Amino acid sequence: MIQRKLLLGDEAIALGAIHAGVSGVYAYPGTPSTEITEYIQACAPEVRSRWCTNEKTAMEAALGMSYAGKRALVCMKHVGMNVAADAFVNSAITGVNGGIVVVAADDPSMHSSQNEQDSRFYGRFAMIPILEPSNQQEAYDMMSHAFALSEQLRLPVLMRIVTRLAHSRAGVEVAAPMAQNKLKPDNERTHWVLLPGNARRQYASLVEKQPQMAVLAEESVYNSFKGVGEHRAKLGVVACGIAYNYIMEHNPQRLGVPVLKVSQYPLPEGAVKALASMCDALLVAEDGQPMAEEQVKALLGADYPIYGRLSGALPRMGELNPDSVGAAIGIEMAGSFNPAENVVPRPPALCQGCGHRDVYDALNKVAAEYDDARIFGDIGCYTLGALPPFRAIDSCVDMGASITMAKGAADAGIHPAIAVIGDSTFTHSGMTGLLDAVNDKSNITVIISDNLTTAMTGGQDSAGTNKFEAICLGLGVEPEHVRVVVPLPKNMEEITQIIRQEIEYKGVSVIIPRRECIQTLTRKLKQKKVQ
Amino acid sequence: MKKDIILAGVGGQGILTIATIIGDAAANAGVNLKQAEVHGMSQRGGDVQSNLRLSNDEIYSDLIACGSADLIISMEPMEALRYLPYLAADGRIITSSHKYENIPNYPRYEDLMKEIGSLPSAIALPIEDLAKASSLPKSANVLLLGMAAKYIEILTPEQLRESIARVFASKGEGVVAMNQQAFDIGLNAVKDK
Repeated sequence: MIQRKLLLGDEAIALGAIHAGVSGVYAYPGTPSTEITEYIQACAPEVRSRWCTNEKTAMEAALGMSYAGKRALVCMKHVGMNVAADAFVNSAITGVNGGIVVVAADDPSMHSSQNEQDSRFYGRFAMIPILEPSNQQEAYDMMSHAFALSEQLRLPVLMRIVTRLAHSRAGVEVAAPMAQNKLKPDNERTHWVLLPGNARRQYASLVEKQPQMAVLAEESVYNSFKGVGEHRAKLGVVACGIAYNYIMEHNPQRLGVPVLKVSQYPLPEGAVKALASMCDALLVAEDGQPMAEEQVKALLGADYPIYGRLSGALPRMGELNPDSVGAAIGIEMAGSFNPAENVVPRPPALCQGCGHRDVYDALNKVAAEYDDARIFGDIGCYTLGALPPFRAIDSCVDMGASITMAKGAADAGIHPAIAVIGDSTFTHSGMTGLLDAVNDKSNITVIISDNLTTAMTGGQDSAGTNKFEAICLGLGVEPEHVRVVVPLPKNMEEITQIIRQEIEYKGVSVIIPRRECIQTLTRKLKQKKVQ
Repeated sequence: MKKDIILAGVGGQGILTIATIIGDAAANAGVNLKQAEVHGMSQRGGDVQSNLRLSNDEIYSDLIACGSADLIISMEPMEALRYLPYLAADGRIITSSHKYENIPNYPRYEDLMKEIGSLPSAIALPIEDLAKASSLPKSANVLLLGMAAKYIEILTPEQLRESIARVFASKGEGVVAMNQQAFDIGLNAVKDK
């Protein structure tokens, strides 16, 4: 019997993976990818899935499961691909045994991110197939296709999604579940021991698979053509992934515009050439960066008119929408109302009662006593310390950069150089930087603001909970300079005093303000009440 | 028939619960639905919105185009106005008149309500007062859904009422009854409009 469920794009991917017989899911939380792993943890106890310390450990664990013959899913937000990149790119060289699907959730328009990098480039870079679902049903269906494709080619497969698919709900028809693979390790060591001699052979095999990948994309059911009859069209559209929806919203058939939908890469060059031969010009609509547009330009030559993000027909940055795509095919969407007069932005803020607030109150107080104190921030809820009323941090770049930037700035002569990093971000990518600072006896003060959870993404387990003092001591921070405080207004005197003392200490100090996230605490109290 | 609805409010006001109820009703009635939500950073007291599209035909875009929303349902008056360019010429705004002031430069309340009042089809009611008057302070969002129910058209108020029972079932009969009562208060509040 066919069952229909209302699912977020993320949930459709999760259920698709469960039904495709996945044995392990490895992930670090990151908007908009988090709900994939959460769904699997909630609904499929038979699948191994505990949050990983970072995206690289996730990718490597998946590779181990694949080595053993079973199917593994890796999920992350787009910038997580940068962290996983070493393992990801080399997994294309080893190849896989059990299927591996890597889901990268891109965030064009940077709703919750610091850049809008397009993960499809990573797929091209690693020379593996890329899938890009246009809707929730495809996201579900593609998981079994992706695992089968991965095992057929013996390569990992990248699935690239965007925020609007990840966080949009629609009805999805689900199929019968498949059994998990049996344990069957790959005994061919030359696949897995990437000494140069083996790696050259493996890389040659990856290069040899490229024509087959191209044929599979050309024949894929996910790449389809919607024509407009025999006559020549003024404009045709190459619509990648979710951009297909924004085109179809305008009923292009009615406008005499043929559409080539692309949801499996390498770009199906034959289909693009066929479309070009029946049109005077092409529009390439793709969310993210103009990857396909550049390829189409290279394919069709300088004389063939191609419109898209590079030509200016579509905005160069930001997510696409029905309005921008409509305008690019000549439909003017006239709004009836102008923007209202009495509307101002309402930026997000740290919750009332949040411990990070007390940390910034204390830091601001002490920093004001110095001529040139600098506070290097990091990625998490506490990045909101950049906004009023705190305006406390001078930088926020990538996971872990607070500690290492403070180190570099201290090396250059800045004092005090203070780093503020959350508990989960510290274990994700802060520990190695702290070791650098200890080894170099850097004059920095590190605040690990510990709220016992990964709060920004909704309260997932944090890898280092109950281990932070031990980690810092193990990395070589002097025991008398690892200080723990409780961030509450009533403790302000004590906290500011400790910050002053540790700034004055010439070396690495770590202060750990520790108090549970107000969101997870409230949730726990509610659950208790229900019970 | 199609209905494009923008749900608006401030993080934590419960607009995703409204979306869940409408989604459940649509799924049960066999009406196609797409509903784009906001997750992540913006939920921390910032503005939040959800694009909810209902149709008897296939729906492509997850996002609503400018000038084509049939309804804006908002838990907060300034947030209702934020999406005005998306409203269709014959579209309608259903909003709470209670301001949520967590920013220093919130506009003058009188100006804000005057602008809402100047729109052709806007209904603004003090939903939190109505909910509190009936000892249902936690159900203001469902009361707002009641106010909007008869304008959703592609689903009947009765279908939405049944969904409230399903969506809150896990929280016990008392919670279901409270929310259905809030829904009815909202429904009655616009009976003559």
